[in-house]
Amino acid sequence: MSSSVYIAGVGAISAIGNNVAEHLVSFKNEEAGMGDITLLDTIHRKKLPVAEVKLGNDELAAMTSLPANISRTTLLSMVAASESLTDAAIPDFGLLRTGFVSANSVGGMDKSEDFFIDFLADNNKGKLKNVFDHECGSMTELVADKLGISDFMTTISTACSSSANAIFYAARLIKNDVLDVVIAGGTDALTKFTLNGFNTLMILDKEFCKPFDEHREGLNLGEGAGYVVLVSEKVMQTLAKDPYCKLSGYNNSNDAYHQTASSPEGTGSYLAMQGALKKSELTPADIDYINLHGTGTPNNDSAEGTAIKRLFDPHYPPMSSTKSYTGHTLGASGGIEAVFSVLAIKYSIIYPNLRFETRMEELPFEPETKYLSGQDIKHVMSNSFGFGGNCTSLIFSRI
Amino acid sequence: MKLYIRSSACVSPQNTFNHEGFLNDIVEYTGTRLKAIEPDYKQFIDPKQIRRMSHVIKMGVAAAKQCLIDADVAMPGAIITGTALGCIEDTVTFLTRIIEQQEELLPPTAFIQSTHNTVAAQIALMLKCHNYNSTFVHKGISFESALFDAIMMLKELDADNVLVGGTEEMVDTSFKVLTRLGLYKRQPISNLLLFATPSKGTIGGEGAAFFLLTGKDSADNLAELTGLKILYKPKSIEESITTFLKSHLLTIDDIDLVITGRNGDIKNDEVYELLNNSIFKNTSTANYKHLCGEYPVSSSFALWMAANILKGGVVPEIVGEDTNNGEADSPKTILIYNHYQNKYHSLMLVSAI
Repeated sequence: MSSSVYIAGVGAISAIGNNVAEHLVSFKNEEAGMGDITLLDTIHRKKLPVAEVKLGNDELAAMTSLPANISRTTLLSMVAASESLTDAAIPDFGLLRTGFVSANSVGGMDKSEDFFIDFLADNNKGKLKNVFDHECGSMTELVADKLGISDFMTTISTACSSSANAIFYAARLIKNDVLDVVIAGGTDALTKFTLNGFNTLMILDKEFCKPFDEHREGLNLGEGAGYVVLVSEKVMQTLAKDPYCKLSGYNNSNDAYHQTASSPEGTGSYLAMQGALKKSELTPADIDYINLHGTGTPNNDSAEGTAIKRLFDPHYPPMSSTKSYTGHTLGASGGIEAVFSVLAIKYSIIYPNLRFETRMEELPFEPETKYLSGQDIKHVMSNSFGFGGNCTSLIFSRI
Repeated sequence: MKLYIRSSACVSPQNTFNHEGFLNDIVEYTGTRLKAIEPDYKQFIDPKQIRRMSHVIKMGVAAAKQCLIDADVAMPGAIITGTALGCIEDTVTFLTRIIEQQEELLPPTAFIQSTHNTVAAQIALMLKCHNYNSTFVHKGISFESALFDAIMMLKELDADNVLVGGTEEMVDTSFKVLTRLGLYKRQPISNLLLFATPSKGTIGGEGAAFFLLTGKDSADNLAELTGLKILYKPKSIEESITTFLKSHLLTIDDIDLVITGRNGDIKNDEVYELLNNSIFKNTSTANYKHLCGEYPVSSSFALWMAANILKGGVVPEIVGEDTNNGEADSPKTILIYNHYQNKYHSLMLVSAI
């Protein structure tokens, strides 16, 4: 039970890159992925910026050899999951006990929206093909089939902390000797459902988001997928190249305050960060970088900031919200940001928090605004908090 | 390490919730859809909230709270739920409004309550429970995935007890779509005659069943949860069952009762027929889907039923299929075998304490 779990591969797709290498370039060039809505047929075009993956479904299908008429959520998942598996290059993969634990929050909603227009007019209408893969679990199953994984698969949906919980669960499957290798993370595509949903909550910024800024006005929705390949100690020893790092700590705590809002004192976030530190047997001073949940909403950043203050004061590590590049990718964010956390260790870099201008009044610290290289990064904390009070923190550690 | 089912509460289309007796007051339905019998929610939920909550949230919260009351546990060490479709009522409501109101002037409530983790979150919120909280949404093994997590958590000693449950609601839209997809029978049928004349399709159901799992031995425990195995497209289910039993140092001869997921659909039930003529040939068998209908987390109903059979020592006549073998009286070891659309199969082993 005490054995370590290693990260052997990474894969990501988001508005700032279709693979890991493109993400690294965008970070360095400080190029954010937000822009006008081009993919969704919605009244919010030209009004609300979003961070779209810059490929159409036809192009994603061509990359993955999946059909183009399936949910974009599945296509995005396949791109990043297969990149992570190729990157890991695990010898004798087919002989090992393998699993796929994926998360998402919208499932096949993009296709269900098409179905529903015809269905509402006449309940005997609407192409069934479009609603067949509505369930969140369908995305996972289609990708697992394509990757040749059948020993274990499941899907987690805890809103915006979904894929952090998938990585957490995957690590435990290895520690409990259920599996040798697990691809874990998450995916979500932009849909009218989520865009309108977040719009009704009045937490979407009409400009590009400004996480942790005193004058932040909300989040920008994004889309994408991010996966890490977790392997047991035994598998790690068979790898041709060094693993990226270890997953050394994790915790899932609930804010138990409100269905959508965070408690002012950030109870859930505090407990998640504190619990992850305890699991990894580290102290706050050991953390070299925090990849913030940092959505850019007044409520989240205030609660998360307050929790960080309670836990880290007076020594604050560099921190930033990469959602200032990718937007908030919801169920995918924990997976995508886990990849960024792993890369921060691998390449000794800290990502800037774009568009930050003014420190929040209630906080004695501010996020990093410059791209920093050559940093000595041993331990990275990645935060993912969501609706329903679901708060999860992960800690990645250099080997 | 031994794990026990301390308590269980179940909302279903039968009188299973806070009911005197065990499956003794069977409800007959004619049609292809069984609706859950609603408990008196006022005991569990603030009346102001009841009006705003969807069916699945109410069923889930009531079952979870009753389960905790029965276990005499105020604060569970973790809350884990499984659901395939999640809060489909609120999802449909919000989607309908987007289309009908052309994205204008949408109220947020349906969206807020549409996320799949709403039931687990509402339970945490009501209990002010800050502990581990997760929701699994993987089709026909959503509940089993949650149960698998709960078992690992207890073995890791990260929680003393875990509240775990399966919830699923059926709404008109999902029933219509699933009917069009061919899941349900085309003609109305009495649920009590579901297995009498096999034909294409089954009957739809819904419900919420919660369990308080613990590693603590007690005479008040309902049963021991001995094992769980989830299988995806197994090559041979018969071999998988033998291997599973062997991993628990058992053979089929040690099993007193098999509860199967027979649902009245010819194709679905083929595998159960095969097994009844092979590995289950000399074992008593029972069914449950004529009582609760088919739905992705129906195995949670089966587990509730198995725990109560073991505790009470009686197999209700209504569930017994082939109890000629005599062992069905006071069974000590029960195997639950269910599959969902022939892709996802699960095996649960439950024993008397």
